[in-house]
Amino acid sequence: MGVFRIEAADRPHLVRLLIIWIVLSAIGILAVLQLNYPPYDQSIQGQDQSRTLALLTALAAPVFIGIVLMILYSAIFFRRRSAELVDGPPMLGNTPIQIAWVVISAVLVLFLAVFGIATLSSENVAQLVGAPGRTIGGGQTGGGTTGEADKEIHIQVIAQQWYFTYRYADYGGVETTHLYLPVNHPVELHMTSLDIIHSFWAYQLGVKADANPGVDNIFHVTPQKTGSFQVRCAELCGLWHGHMADSDGQVLSQSDFDTWIAQQQKDFETITKAVPSYAPYYFPLPLTKGS
Amino acid sequence: MVVSERRLSIPNKPITGILLAIPAYFVGIWLGTLFGLKDDQNTGVILGYLFATVAFLAGVGFLNYPLERLFGWRVTPITDPDENRGIGRFFRLSLDHKVIGIQYLVTILVMLLFGGIGAMLIRTSLLVPNATITPPGNYISLIGLHAVMMIFITSAVIVGPFGNYLVPLMIGARRMAFPRLEALSFWVVPPAAVILAAATFWGGFPTGWTGYPPLSEQAGQGMNSYIVGFALIAVALVSSGVNMLATIIGLRAPGMTWTRLPMFVWGIFTTSILGLLAAPVLAAALIMLSMDRTLNTSFFLAPKGGSNYLWENLFWFFGHPEVYIFILPAFGIIMEIVPHFARKPLWGYRTGVVGLFGVALLSWFVWQHHLFVSGIAPVLRPFYMLSTELISIPTGIIFLVTLGTLWRARVWFTVPMLFCLGFLFNFLIGGISGVYLSDVPTDVTLHGSYFSMAHFHYTIMGGEIFALMAAAYYWLPKMTGKMLSPTLGRIHFWWMFLAFNSTFFPLFIVGLLNMPRRVSSYDPALVGLNRWVTISAYFLFGSMVLFAGNLIYSWFFVARPALANPWQARSLEWQVPTPVPARNFDRVPLIVGGPYDYGIPNARPVADLGGMVGATGGG
Repeated sequence: MGVFRIEAADRPHLVRLLIIWIVLSAIGILAVLQLNYPPYDQSIQGQDQSRTLALLTALAAPVFIGIVLMILYSAIFFRRRSAELVDGPPMLGNTPIQIAWVVISAVLVLFLAVFGIATLSSENVAQLVGAPGRTIGGGQTGGGTTGEADKEIHIQVIAQQWYFTYRYADYGGVETTHLYLPVNHPVELHMTSLDIIHSFWAYQLGVKADANPGVDNIFHVTPQKTGSFQVRCAELCGLWHGHMADSDGQVLSQSDFDTWIAQQQKDFETITKAVPSYAPYYFPLPLTKGS
Repeated sequence: MVVSERRLSIPNKPITGILLAIPAYFVGIWLGTLFGLKDDQNTGVILGYLFATVAFLAGVGFLNYPLERLFGWRVTPITDPDENRGIGRFFRLSLDHKVIGIQYLVTILVMLLFGGIGAMLIRTSLLVPNATITPPGNYISLIGLHAVMMIFITSAVIVGPFGNYLVPLMIGARRMAFPRLEALSFWVVPPAAVILAAATFWGGFPTGWTGYPPLSEQAGQGMNSYIVGFALIAVALVSSGVNMLATIIGLRAPGMTWTRLPMFVWGIFTTSILGLLAAPVLAAALIMLSMDRTLNTSFFLAPKGGSNYLWENLFWFFGHPEVYIFILPAFGIIMEIVPHFARKPLWGYRTGVVGLFGVALLSWFVWQHHLFVSGIAPVLRPFYMLSTELISIPTGIIFLVTLGTLWRARVWFTVPMLFCLGFLFNFLIGGISGVYLSDVPTDVTLHGSYFSMAHFHYTIMGGEIFALMAAAYYWLPKMTGKMLSPTLGRIHFWWMFLAFNSTFFPLFIVGLLNMPRRVSSYDPALVGLNRWVTISAYFLFGSMVLFAGNLIYSWFFVARPALANPWQARSLEWQVPTPVPARNFDRVPLIVGGPYDYGIPNARPVADLGGMVGATGGG
C-alpha cells in the first residue's frame, strides 16, 4: 500500500464514505435484484435480455450510489463555512489514484463487454448474430448448417406501410396477418420490407430487428411459454407509424400450431398461389419504376 | 485606378439580405420548374433555399471583401471594432468576436424557445393514447421539427455564444484567427432556422432527425428544409471549427502554454476537431440525398442498386461524433467552473485533458452501435459494443477530476456551482443508461424505445443544457455587464432540476414497458405515466421561462453594472474590465501563471496585463 499514502486529513472522510457506500450499495444491489426486468421469460432470448438487464443494474447501482454519494458529501461537508472567500488545499492530483480509477473502470467495462459478447455468442442467442440456418426458398443466403438448425421454422416478416405480414416458408409460403409460433421450437425470422425501413419489435419475445428493403435480416428466437405477445414497429415509418401494431401474436402449443397452420394453408390457398413465390426479398413494382 | 473608385452603396443589413433573399428564392423555384427532372417541386425548393441563403449572406455583406479583392470594387467597408459601438452593431455583420457571441446567444435562445414549444406540443398530444389531440401527420411533423431544431441549437449553443465570446479573452488574444469565417458560422444559423421552420408550409417532414431513406425520399417537399437547413449547420460547424482551432493554436498570448490553457478552451478545442471532421460527412450524405430526390440517382434506393445502409452508416459516422460535439464543451465548462468555486486547483489537469481527447478519439469508432438491430455487419457488433463501453473510461476521468477538485474544498455555493453539480447527477444517469444501450442483448429490447429517448435527453438536456445554464450564470456578468439574480437563479436551478428528472426518469420505465419512440398512439396502459411526464414537462418549460425572465430582467432592467470579477476568479477573462474593451487587452498580455492556482503559496497572478485596470485577482 506504499503508493496509496493516505493523508491524515483525508482519513475520517474516506472511512465515513467507504462505510456509507458499502452499506448503501449492498442495499441498492439487493433492491434492484428484486425487480422483474422486461422482456421477462416468454422466450429464451428474452430471458437472456432480462438477466443482462438485471446484471447491468446490479453493477450500475454501486457506481451510481458511489458518485452521487461523493457529490452530496462534497456539497455537505466541503462547503465554505466562513463569510469571506478562502482557498482550499492546493492538491494538484494524485497519479496512483487516477491510475487506479482508470484501471477499475477498465476492468468493469471489459467485464461488461466480455459478458455481453458471451451472451451474444451463447448457444441460445448464437444466431442473433444473423447467420442463416440454411438456405431457403431457392435464395442463396450463405453457408447453411445441418442438424439442429434444420429443425428451425422459417418465417418471413414482410413489413410495409403500415402493417406486418408473415410468410411461413416451410408451409408452402402461406401468408398470414398475425404471427403464431409453436412453443419450444426454434424459429428463424427473416425480416424484409417492401417499401421503407421498419423495425419488427415483438416485445414479450425479446425480438427486434429492422426490416430493410432488399435485405434479408435474420433473427432467431425460441419461445418457451405459450401466450400472446405484442408486435409493434420500432422505426419511424411515416404517417401511421404509431398505429403499426398488433396485439394478437400468439405462442401456441405444437398441436394447436399444427392445426392452425393447416387451416391457414387451406384458407389462403388461392391467395398463396397469387403472391410471388418465396424469396429473400421482394421489389414491388411501384418502387422499381424510379424514372 | 478607375475601377477602384466605383462604389456600391448598399447598406449591409439583415433587412437588405432578406429583401434580396425573397426574389432569389423565387428565381430558384423558377429554375427548378424549368430544368427539374421530376414533376415534384423538390429541385426548385432546394435551389430556392440555396439561392435565398446566398443572397441573404450577400446582403448582410459577406461578398464585400471578395468583391473588393477580385474586382477592386469599393463597397461599404466592414467597420473597425474600435468604431463599431452602439446597439446597431448587434444587428449587422460584425467581425468582433464579442458581438458575434451576443448575436449567437440571442439567436439561439429564440430558437430554443421554438424548440421548447415544439416539445410542449408533443407532450400535450401524448396526454391521450390515441392521437386525438394531434393527428398523426401533425405529430410526426412536430417531432421532426422539434428534433432538428434542437440539434441545430445544441450543435452551437455553447461554442456559439460562449466559445466565440470567451476563447480570445481566455487565451489572451485580441481577435479570432478568421473573423469572417467566425461571422459566417453565425450568419448561416438564422437562415437554417428559417428554412427549417419553412418546412411547416410544405407539411413538415416525417423522418425525425435521422432522415432515414427511403422514407426521406418518399417524403414531400418539407424534407428539403431538413436537407438544406442541416447542410447550413454543417457549414457552421466546419467554419467555426477551423476558426477555433486556428485561434487556439495560433493566437495564444506569450506564456499561455498548453498546460496553462483553461479547461473550457480545451473543451472547445476538442469539439472543434470533431466538428471540422464530422460535418463534411453529413454534408456529403445530404448532397447524395438531395440528388436522389431531384436527379434520380439512387444512392439509397435498394431496387435500383443503392442501399439505405449507406445513409445509416454515413449519418451515424457523423451523428455519433456530433453528440460529443454537444457534450465536450459542457465537460470543459464543468471542469472550468468547479475549480473557481471549490477554490482549489483542478485535480489532475493533464488527466482531464487526456479524458477530453479520449472521448474525442473514441467517438469515431462507435457509430454502428446505433445500428445493432439494423442487420448491418452482425459480426462487428462485439467490436462496437466494446468500443462504446470503452468511452466510459475517459468519461469517468472527467467525473474523477471534478470530484477530486471538490475533495476537501471550500465550496462557494453559487448558482453556476449548483448547475455543475446538477450536471454531474444528470450526466451520471445519462452515461449509465448509455451502457445499457451499448450492450447488444439489452439493446435489442431498448433500441428505438423511450429508454433511448430518455437516455439522450439525460445527456443532452440534463448534461449540455445544465452546463449551458452554469455557463450563463457564470459568464453572463462579463458578457452582458449585469449579474443574473442569484435568488431567481437558485429557484430556477431547483425547479429545473426537479422538473427535469421528474420528466425524463419515468421515460426510462415507459421505454422498458414497450413504448417505441416517435409514436402518436401508444398502449393505453401507459397513459398514467405519460400524463405524469407531460405535467412535469410543463413545469420544466416553466423553469426555462423563469430563466428567460431572469435574463431579460437583469440585462435590461437592472441598472447596477456587474463587477469586473464578481467571482474573484483567477482566470484571464475575469481580469479585463466590464464591459470588455473593443480590443480586449491594451496590449497582448504576458501569461505568467495558471488559471486554477488557488491556495498555492506565492502563486503569481495569471497575467501581466501591462497597467490595464485589472480586477481583484484571486489567489
